[in-house]
Amino acid sequence: MALWMEILISALLVLAGIFAIVGSFGLIRLPDPMTRLHAPTKATTLGIGGVLIASMLYFWGAEGRVSAHELLITLFLFLSAPITALFIAKVHLHQAEKPGALPAPGEAGDWASFAPDGPARGVRPAGEGDEADAPPRG
Amino acid sequence: MITPMISAALTFAFACFALGLVLNLWRVLTGPAASDRILALDTMVINAIALLILLGIWQGSAIYFEVSMLFALVGFVSTVAYCRFLLRGDVIE
Repeated sequence: MALWMEILISALLVLAGIFAIVGSFGLIRLPDPMTRLHAPTKATTLGIGGVLIASMLYFWGAEGRVSAHELLITLFLFLSAPITALFIAKVHLHQAEKPGALPAPGEAGDWASFAPDGPARGVRPAGEGDEADAPPRG
Repeated sequence: MITPMISAALTFAFACFALGLVLNLWRVLTGPAASDRILALDTMVINAIALLILLGIWQGSAIYFEVSMLFALVGFVSTVAYCRFLLRGDVIE
């Protein structure tokens, strides 16, 4: 195996380990549940991405075969991480005991998950965007 | 074969992910709300996948990719099922 590839694999492994430890430490250290949601879903995904790229490079350099399993795992994790983050955030919003426990959203009104017929449920206000959906004439 | 540089980096990554698992376990045990515990369990699944792939590099074996793919699937489905149970009171309606 070439030296530059060894250095690249080692650097990716060390970087992935640092990202993983930062994500798990943030899960312990951050004060609020919403900030705690931030740390592992991003840092650990980067950490596992580094490990998977290092694995691809290692098997390519050591045995000369290119495997697509890592790409499958990366694709699945990158697709599923936002969905799990959304579900955990919804659980946190809906399980809050008292109203003052939740921070204010960044815009006017309540959180979109609590709106009875807001855009989060797929309902559009009447008269908005009707013209845009019509096919162009002429 | 594994060269000394890759061996040292692998050992460092093993230690980091194992320490991350211990920190996540602390959050699972002391998490004030259910959402914190779900988040910590989901992160534990991700760290376990990384440990499996590191073990695959260490042993030069490709069988751990299937194991980690199954681990990712089961972890995702269990996280979503637990969240849905807490949100709706039922998993499949």
